[in-house]
Amino acid sequence: MLPLEYLPALPELILAGCICLLLLVDLFISDKWRDLTYLLAIATLLATAFGVMTVMASTGPGTLEVFAGSFVSDPLASFLKSLSLITLAVIFVYSRAYLRDQEYYKGEYYLLSLFALLGIQVMVSAGSMLTMYLGLEMLSLALYGLVAFDRDSPMAAEAAMKYFVLGAIASGCLLYGISVIYGVTGSVTLTEVSASLASGRGDDLAVLAGLALIIVGVAFKFGGVPFHMWLPDVYAGAPMSVTLLIGTVPKLAAFALMLRVVSDGLAPLAIHWELVLAFVGVASLALGNVVAIAQTNVKRMLAYSTIGHVGFILLGFSTASRDGTEAALFYTVVYVIMAAAAFGTLILLGRRGDEADQLDDLRGLNQRSPWFAAMLLLVMVSMIGIPPLAGFYAKWWVLAALIDAGHIGLALAAVVFSVVGAFYYLRVIKLMYFDGAQSNSALRSGADLRAVLSANALLVLGIGLFPDALIELCARALG
Amino acid sequence: MITLGHYLGLSAALFVISLAGIFLNRKNIILLLMCVELMLLAVNFNFIAFSRFLGDSTGQIFVFFILTVAAAEAAIGLAILVVVFRSRRTIAVRDLTSLKG
Repeated sequence: MLPLEYLPALPELILAGCICLLLLVDLFISDKWRDLTYLLAIATLLATAFGVMTVMASTGPGTLEVFAGSFVSDPLASFLKSLSLITLAVIFVYSRAYLRDQEYYKGEYYLLSLFALLGIQVMVSAGSMLTMYLGLEMLSLALYGLVAFDRDSPMAAEAAMKYFVLGAIASGCLLYGISVIYGVTGSVTLTEVSASLASGRGDDLAVLAGLALIIVGVAFKFGGVPFHMWLPDVYAGAPMSVTLLIGTVPKLAAFALMLRVVSDGLAPLAIHWELVLAFVGVASLALGNVVAIAQTNVKRMLAYSTIGHVGFILLGFSTASRDGTEAALFYTVVYVIMAAAAFGTLILLGRRGDEADQLDDLRGLNQRSPWFAAMLLLVMVSMIGIPPLAGFYAKWWVLAALIDAGHIGLALAAVVFSVVGAFYYLRVIKLMYFDGAQSNSALRSGADLRAVLSANALLVLGIGLFPDALIELCARALG
Repeated sequence: MITLGHYLGLSAALFVISLAGIFLNRKNIILLLMCVELMLLAVNFNFIAFSRFLGDSTGQIFVFFILTVAAAEAAIGLAILVVVFRSRRTIAVRDLTSLKG
């Protein structure tokens, strides 16, 4: 029986155990039994969710530490773990039919996704830079493998190689920064680092070098300009179901990385990183929203749109205030929901041997399926930020936090670039409603995919109409 | 007398060499993988030097983890390299241009 002191790590232990089991089971079943792997993967998520609930019930709103403070369990960790579990379950439902159609229906997809999830869970619970690094690598290594999942596609191989090399550089920079911070403060535990920096060691030139390198690493994982180069290539090169995964859950992990290491761990250096984050944020907004206009590939367009949204999240962090962080969390959650619905619709449109990855594939969607055209309409309008949809409140809270912190100029820039960005979202709507369809074939997909996708898109509307519930959850998660 | 500064200088030099290697190299992907390893070794050097001069063992423990992860990373890098070679019959960096990012 598990000693009670390790209870906070229960979800991770369950997940790791189930993954090993799944690995064995998948080895011994033939292709026509592959549905079993899918069901077991869903069962694994349920078991892990049970672990998260047990931990939540026993810790309540407090914070528990294990392994000498390098693993913490607090409301934020439980909140982000629950979200990533739900999102991954949704992703599994979306991608099942797609994987079978494209003949990628293999156990590896589920195993690597679950390993990535384990990495994410370790990251959101990290109490020291060592745990953070290990979680980050577990996530990244699984994602490199997933991108190269379609072994016969030269595009996917190239995207994986670029992702791998750039990701390794980012990890190297992050580690070098951590080593410098360790040298100055003598600890890698985040609370001790923060205490030591607050007691007057914060003005060293060495600390600033370490901070700069850490921000390079974190900005890369987020996809902020000028470290965004990997994002469009990886989104475009990877199979659609992998793009769906990379575009959603890892953003929650990136949020935890930014919050725990930079926003909390290096809080005494806030004067220095505020400015850098504001710069990266505005640059991401500008580049993401402007370059997205020139794209003809939907995946690349959504990649640049991601960069634009990341700009908003980073601007939220750049206020270094409680309100800003809360707004950033709210934005991240809403973004993950919107991205899941957008990529889910693209999966729905795909046919055997042909991914719906060009803007032209969206032409006349209204004639083929009025319902899903309406769902994609909701998501696009929410991404522009028009009330009463969730995207509006996400942008609103970030802007309010910026204005409260006195950064009127930043808020203005954010609004201007959002308006620029509206162009390419509106173009998608125009293609769906006002252009003739290229093929009139009806969409064929399972009832599970249709039901979950509809619920996902309607959630965007639901959060928009009743934002208080999610705001309350975010506020409670941050304690 | 070798001071902490000497160690840090060497580590910084290794780090810069590996970065330069990654960005200047146009020949082949294996060199990229070697540069990535060199970068992690530079970090290890830093950690051990600090650990020795602080009299604290955390840095050395961190190094063990980095070494392990570096091994896994090299394995995945080489696996992707094999996939690239199978689909393109070349491992020259300058040929990786079908995605324009």
